Amino acid sequence: MEGVMQTDAKMRTESGAESSPRAPGCSLRHFACEQNLLSRPDGSASFLQGDTSVLAGVYGPAEVKVSKEIFNKATLEVILRPKIGLPGVAEKSRERLIRNTCEAVVLGALHPRTSITVVLQVVSDAGSLLACCLNAACMALVDAGVPMRALFCGVTCALDSEGTLVLDPTAKQEKCGTEAADVHHQGALLGC
Amino acid sequence: QLDQRFWAPTCDCLRTVEPLEYYRRFLKENCRPDGRELGEFRTTTVNIGSISTADGSALVKLGNTTVICGIKAEFAAPPTDAPDKGYVVPNVDLPPLCSSRFRSGPPGEEAQVASQFIADVIENSQIIQKEDLCISPGKLSWVLYCDIICLDYDGNILDACTFALLAALKNVQLPEVTINEETALAEVNLKKKSYLNIRTHPVATSFAVFDDTLLIVDPTGEEEHLATGTLTVVMDEEGKLCCLHKPGGSGLTGAKLQDCMSRAVTRHKEVKKLMDEVIKSMKPK
Repeated sequence: MEGVMQTDAKMRTESGAESSPRAPGCSLRHFACEQNLLSRPDGSASFLQGDTSVLAGVYGPAEVKVSKEIFNKATLEVILRPKIGLPGVAEKSRERLIRNTCEAVVLGALHPRTSITVVLQVVSDAGSLLACCLNAACMALVDAGVPMRALFCGVTCALDSEGTLVLDPTAKQEKCGTEAADVHHQGALLGC
Repeated sequence: QLDQRFWAPTCDCLRTVEPLEYYRRFLKENCRPDGRELGEFRTTTVNIGSISTADGSALVKLGNTTVICGIKAEFAAPPTDAPDKGYVVPNVDLPPLCSSRFRSGPPGEEAQVASQFIADVIENSQIIQKEDLCISPGKLSWVLYCDIICLDYDGNILDACTFALLAALKNVQLPEVTINEETALAEVNLKKKSYLNIRTHPVATSFAVFDDTLLIVDPTGEEEHLATGTLTVVMDEEGKLCCLHKPGGSGLTGAKLQDCMSRAVTRHKEVKKLMDEVIKSMKPK
């Protein structure tokens, strides 16, 4: 049903090239999203933020193993694969954050005793990875037609030693500053 | 306070059949089944230096939750991209001993998330300057293996683990090491030991969110299970935020977040006072 959907940032942006400076603390990198690009999953999305790219696929509502079944709502699973190597402890921590965020938003009560699986593959990482994963997961859930009570989005903010806030930092800016990734929905903080 | 004569006969049945409803009745009266207020912590006790085979150790009890941290120091070559730094390697283990929900085998998700949280706290709070762990740049440095094991799981594992780690690090004594110039071997002088330079004292405060609106401090295992979200705030002594851990769950407004941070500041003072008292009371080795 959906073709390619390009969402350009309405704020002042600089396109991908890291050498061009951004207006201090105000703008995000160029971001884009494409839905329905994989044929097997029920829903899929690719989210791009500058040079960071994450591919998400959603399977569900589907059959669930009896051991994981919840009698009154859907069981949500998130699998995050890094670009290189095997998933480690950091991936597990991020999977939990993404899973709890999706659980707060997905109307699991409409599909009891089923499973909804979100699979995320990191294609390239140039900073703001967690926010990109969250956005890709949200767009993939929408593409799969999973009922949700709201949409959520993620933004990574970096505070450097002087206290200036940089939104959507690149990998270099993240290293110098202290990072925080926020997930917002209707002005309430869902995760960080 | 609830009238026990009225509630006692219905108490046990409701608790098993409808735990959430049971809890809501207490929360409406602004208290919890174990008699605590919404902003009250359980009794905290700490025992420092109990494991003699470890270089530093601490046992923390937060109500029923019991966590022990043991630190061993070993030699290692420093990382090639940072030849003047040592390593601090935390690991949180939730064995089947502490709760029936954990099985033996590779670490489950809860243990991995806790390990990652402790690693983040160490990194963000700069509790130890990794340069202090370097003995000879590019050749030899200390690696501190921090093993945190839960002995009894009754909720609020992150607070207990952070406190145990901090107390154990304060207890660590490293021997003096010199590199013999002729043989290029390390010589360890076990008679001359010195404490680590602990730069900050991060203290974690955990909250559980009920029904998307109510915040309670220091949740027990049962409360964590019924909660719709959790939040852990790690503060250091200057009231600076080290780490904020909120793995999804129901949303929180900015005002509620501020309340949590002020509660965390008060908690920091209590914990620091307790730890200083215990350390002062310990007999010097």
